[in-house]
Amino acid sequence: MTTTAVSKRRIDMPAVLAWFVVAMVVVGLFSRIFQPDLGVMDIPRLAICLAILAIAGVRYELGFMRNWVGDLILGLVTAISAWLLVTTVSNHQGDAALGFWALTAATWAASWLFVERLAIWKTRSPLSTRIINLAIPALFGISILVLWEIIVTGAGVPKVLLPAPSEIGVRLATSVPILWADFQQTFMKAVLAGYAIGCGSAFVAAILVDRVPFLRRGLLPVGNLVSALPIIGVAPIMVMWFGFDWPSKAAVVVIMTFFPMLVNTVAGLAASDAMQRDLMRTYASNYWQTLFKLRLPMAMPFIFNALKINSTLALIGAIVAEFFGTPIVGMGFRISTEVGRMNVDMVWAEIAVAALAGSLFYGIIALIERAVTFWHPSVRG
Amino acid sequence: MTDTTLPSPRNNLNPFAGLMSGTVGPVTVVVLSILAIWYISAAVLNTPFQQEMYERAGQEHVQFTRFIADTWAQERPVLPAPHQVIVEIWNTTVEKKITSKRSLIYHSSITLSSTLLGFLIGTSLGILLAVGIVHSRVLDKSLMPWIISSQTIPILAIAPMIIVVLNAVGISGLLPKAMISTYLSFFPVAVGMVKGLRSPEIIHMDLMHTYSASRFQAFWKLRLPYAVPFLFTSMKIGMAASLVGAIVGELPTGAVAGLGARLLAGSYYGQTIQIWSALIVAAFLAGSLVALIGILEKIALKRMGMAR
Repeated sequence: MTTTAVSKRRIDMPAVLAWFVVAMVVVGLFSRIFQPDLGVMDIPRLAICLAILAIAGVRYELGFMRNWVGDLILGLVTAISAWLLVTTVSNHQGDAALGFWALTAATWAASWLFVERLAIWKTRSPLSTRIINLAIPALFGISILVLWEIIVTGAGVPKVLLPAPSEIGVRLATSVPILWADFQQTFMKAVLAGYAIGCGSAFVAAILVDRVPFLRRGLLPVGNLVSALPIIGVAPIMVMWFGFDWPSKAAVVVIMTFFPMLVNTVAGLAASDAMQRDLMRTYASNYWQTLFKLRLPMAMPFIFNALKINSTLALIGAIVAEFFGTPIVGMGFRISTEVGRMNVDMVWAEIAVAALAGSLFYGIIALIERAVTFWHPSVRG
Repeated sequence: MTDTTLPSPRNNLNPFAGLMSGTVGPVTVVVLSILAIWYISAAVLNTPFQQEMYERAGQEHVQFTRFIADTWAQERPVLPAPHQVIVEIWNTTVEKKITSKRSLIYHSSITLSSTLLGFLIGTSLGILLAVGIVHSRVLDKSLMPWIISSQTIPILAIAPMIIVVLNAVGISGLLPKAMISTYLSFFPVAVGMVKGLRSPEIIHMDLMHTYSASRFQAFWKLRLPYAVPFLFTSMKIGMAASLVGAIVGELPTGAVAGLGARLLAGSYYGQTIQIWSALIVAAFLAGSLVALIGILEKIALKRMGMAR
């Protein structure tokens, strides 16, 4: 029964959000926002801003300014009210009351509403479409950060449990030398060396395996099985064999990256059609010519898939291997020791560095992929 | 090697012809050669220590066969021989009581329970996210890039912190470890399900439209059945990932119980045989869990008439 009702009268998400914003703003305006007794009227800027927010949010339902100017005003007012909420809550840490949470919810819903509007904007030039497609996830990320900041400071969450983004940022800025040393030890030495050796050797092995059909049939099922195994467990063994410094971490990375690369490259080398191989034969091309001109280019999407998977695996492998023994530098070492000392903001700073490094690594490989496999349908669009 | 093991189809006199043309023969050969390489490298890697032992004992001119046998029977070898590992696994599974702290079955069951809990939460979360993404434009545009970039963050690095922090709040036991498994396993499921839920062709969606099917009906009768093969494929990846998450999650808890704790204790005390046996058991666990999902997949697809 309910399903038919839904089909007749679609739930209109923007309308729900708009009225939610209005309701929350009304609740916020008429109840305490901070303990012990502080109403929103004591902070006139915030009150005015939220009133405008409610009007801008509901304007689409009431039927005025139904254009992109209205949307932009909504976005702007949302940003300002989020900023005001952040600044006011920093003066009243841990005192937030019902009204404050209502206002936070209103701001959150307004930002969602703005994104919802943004997603259905019709643009003519492909450039602006691209900018919007980048802006939507960026706005989502920013609003998560703002929400995190507001909730952590508003509810007075102890710093040991979850520091606010601003605190993490301060810690990040003040301990750049330590973070840089850790980054060099873990990423520049262990990850890059292990990644290069692991992917390179797996690539050569894949070409050898491809040459010998017997090996392909025998090694591929084993390789597939090994890819599913918790290879990270070899970390203690590698630390025992290669010592505490970065070679042992690089060895873990080599083993972790080897099998995904092997399996994907072999699959990629089989990706060319019989028709295409026949064409190469009619050109009288030999094995190597076919390999370099047809089969390797055809294998590139698979190879880059493995390279992308490996870029995250490599970082994980190096960091986890450092839990098993390391000199007194390195991202994994820092994380495990700072957790022990309850310096959680330092841990988060290290995580931010790791996330940035991982995303950049992934992004660079994705960019190279776009350049190399420009002919592939997924890139041509 | 290729000449002897890859007989041409004409050469039917060779009794191994049929055996070696499938996958079973080659896989057996590869596995056997891995074992052979293992034994040889065990002998080579353990040689220096063995020679030292002979020197201390004042023995000289040891017979070669005895020397090799001794390298395969050290107490704390650099690389234990396969049979040592198997004996250790036998001793710690069959010979020990399940309740014993030294039983590998006890440790495996702890790891397994957090793996399964994390996998369950992760799979449900992944499916929910995928349903949301397929049906909402905003979620698709705003959430999808973050889901992908969430995996570039080395979550395993945060694992110790999550566990320590949750312990500080008073949440301990299964849930913290399972959360790491959740984080690792939701991603393949979410991505695979988005792909699967979008896989019905436009013509089929149009057909549902002509039937005046609601979105819910189109989802339930068309999208979901289409997504089932994708779900099983990504569940296999998610299961393997959540086992890794559970093992790594056990590392920082101070080596209490579980396969990860076993690895850590082994590395502290130089018990290589213990490390290897935990590793092999973990591998076996991963293999059988993935195989279990494979069997479920076969049954489900067969009942749905999708069996390949």
